[in-house]
Amino acid sequence: MKWKASIGLEVHVQLATQTKLFCGCRTTDSNAPPNSSVCPVCLGYPGALPVLNREAVRLTVRTGLMLGCAIRATSWFDRKSYFYPDMPKNYQISQYAAPLCEGGAVEVEGEDGIRRTVRLRRIHLEEDVAKSLHIGRRSGVDFNRAGVPLMEIVTEPDMGSPDEAFAFLLALKRILLCLAVSPCNLEEGNLRCDINCSVRPADRSELGTKVEIKNLNTFKGVRDALRHELERQQAALEAGELLEQETRRWDADAGATFSMRTKEQAHDYRYFPEPDLMPVRISVEERESWRAALPEMPARRCERFMQEYGLPEYDARVLTADRAIADYFEEAARGASNPKWVANWMMTEMLRRMADAPSEAWARLPVRPAALRELAELAGRGVINSPTAKAVLDVLFERGGDPVAIVQERGWGQISDAAAVGGLADRVIREHERVAADFRNGKAAALQFLIGQGMRLSRGKANPALLRDELIRRLGSRSESAG
Amino acid sequence: MEQPQINVEYVARLARLELEPEERDLFQGQLDQILSYFERIRQVAVEGVEPTAHTRPVYNVFREDEPTPGFSSEVALKNAPSSADGLFIVPRIVETS
Repeated sequence: MKWKASIGLEVHVQLATQTKLFCGCRTTDSNAPPNSSVCPVCLGYPGALPVLNREAVRLTVRTGLMLGCAIRATSWFDRKSYFYPDMPKNYQISQYAAPLCEGGAVEVEGEDGIRRTVRLRRIHLEEDVAKSLHIGRRSGVDFNRAGVPLMEIVTEPDMGSPDEAFAFLLALKRILLCLAVSPCNLEEGNLRCDINCSVRPADRSELGTKVEIKNLNTFKGVRDALRHELERQQAALEAGELLEQETRRWDADAGATFSMRTKEQAHDYRYFPEPDLMPVRISVEERESWRAALPEMPARRCERFMQEYGLPEYDARVLTADRAIADYFEEAARGASNPKWVANWMMTEMLRRMADAPSEAWARLPVRPAALRELAELAGRGVINSPTAKAVLDVLFERGGDPVAIVQERGWGQISDAAAVGGLADRVIREHERVAADFRNGKAAALQFLIGQGMRLSRGKANPALLRDELIRRLGSRSESAG
Repeated sequence: MEQPQINVEYVARLARLELEPEERDLFQGQLDQILSYFERIRQVAVEGVEPTAHTRPVYNVFREDEPTPGFSSEVALKNAPSSADGLFIVPRIVETS
């Protein structure tokens, strides 16, 4: 029998705010000492009152607008009852009946190159819970994370395979980075996923029994968990078993999912409107001003880079993955005689040197985009050779400045004088008679060796194209006189 | 119209409350009374009235995204029945069926 899978995701995205959702405690990373960013509100003291962070609302609505969601004119928060030491109020403030954003979609391109639309159900705002560390029969609780704003993006069960779910997450992360609404640091748990999945015979339209897999914090984890879980469900169905609607946990070490055996009642969250928070109204003017401030969709920008700057698809993709990088490149490439030269420098030296830097670092870089453009021109036109250009880039990274001035100041100009390079060619041929003879006898590869020797003798300063010409001129003319 | 029922035992389990049999009977009676009152409210015509959680028409009470001082971890942990390494220590809770 042929089977069909349906996958839906709930992605919890930590928002890029300075403070928590309902109090002024700073959002911290995992390096902060435990319980160092806490107050009566996020510790859940009785009587402490939450006040909503305006920026968290803006970032959520901004995401919704980018993904084509409808923005509710009036939205409110609900209490979700839930008993666990990581949430001492015994409820989480979330949105249930009236989320900020509804509908919307993400365009996903699969490995087969075919584009699919993954529809969104909603995007709502909620507070994160504390972090529990289990030590034997006790747990240690750190409330630094409690109250941090999370935007929960819920999809329809529109994905048909683990790879498609993976592609969805990559596309979503790209958009979130472009919007600058989340740091999207997976190691810090900035993006966490719950999965809903089911399997049914391919000829049936009604979805099969839904299984939930909780709390995955890597994209690879999502894909691996889905591969195993869908296989498990299919095998069970083929053996004629009935699947149970349940919550399972992915164990990466065991490479399998395990039932969490939670009580069915635990899912009765008894939502009701949060009386301590007033509803949120977003006016048409405000909504439209946020819409007007939206950046270009990464996929659209990628296509534009290919057309406008003549970049190969791969380069365009890499350069549009992060908005800060895309902005930097575009500023450098605009007005360049050959944008591809700039792209090459971005793809190699710049991305390598900036591999561990955060996105914000690009805007503060001492190497200004105009300087990179200038450097790419100098190297592209052969005024300086590649090792010299890298040395110039070192200087630019250190203290900024103008590449032309740096080259002149340090006497790093390339030797492009025909007489000087001709003399060099003579010396190389003299010192490597045998290799020169090989070339004359038709061994074309010997030329590369001779060019290399010339570059070595000139300590990299000879213009390689000119050196090549001079060598061929000499070796070519001798071979004629010999024949 | 059929009288709605609250399953007191179920609600108590959700709220992690342990009830004596006499408490259960007492609350069942009280809750049934409350529910019948809601049944009366339900008869009011509310078509076109927007549901609300608040009696006052106040919207958009925000704070700016600016840090304000909270507790130091020493102060925060003063209320902890038990603490270690800057963490609140609690019995490990595992959901079982």
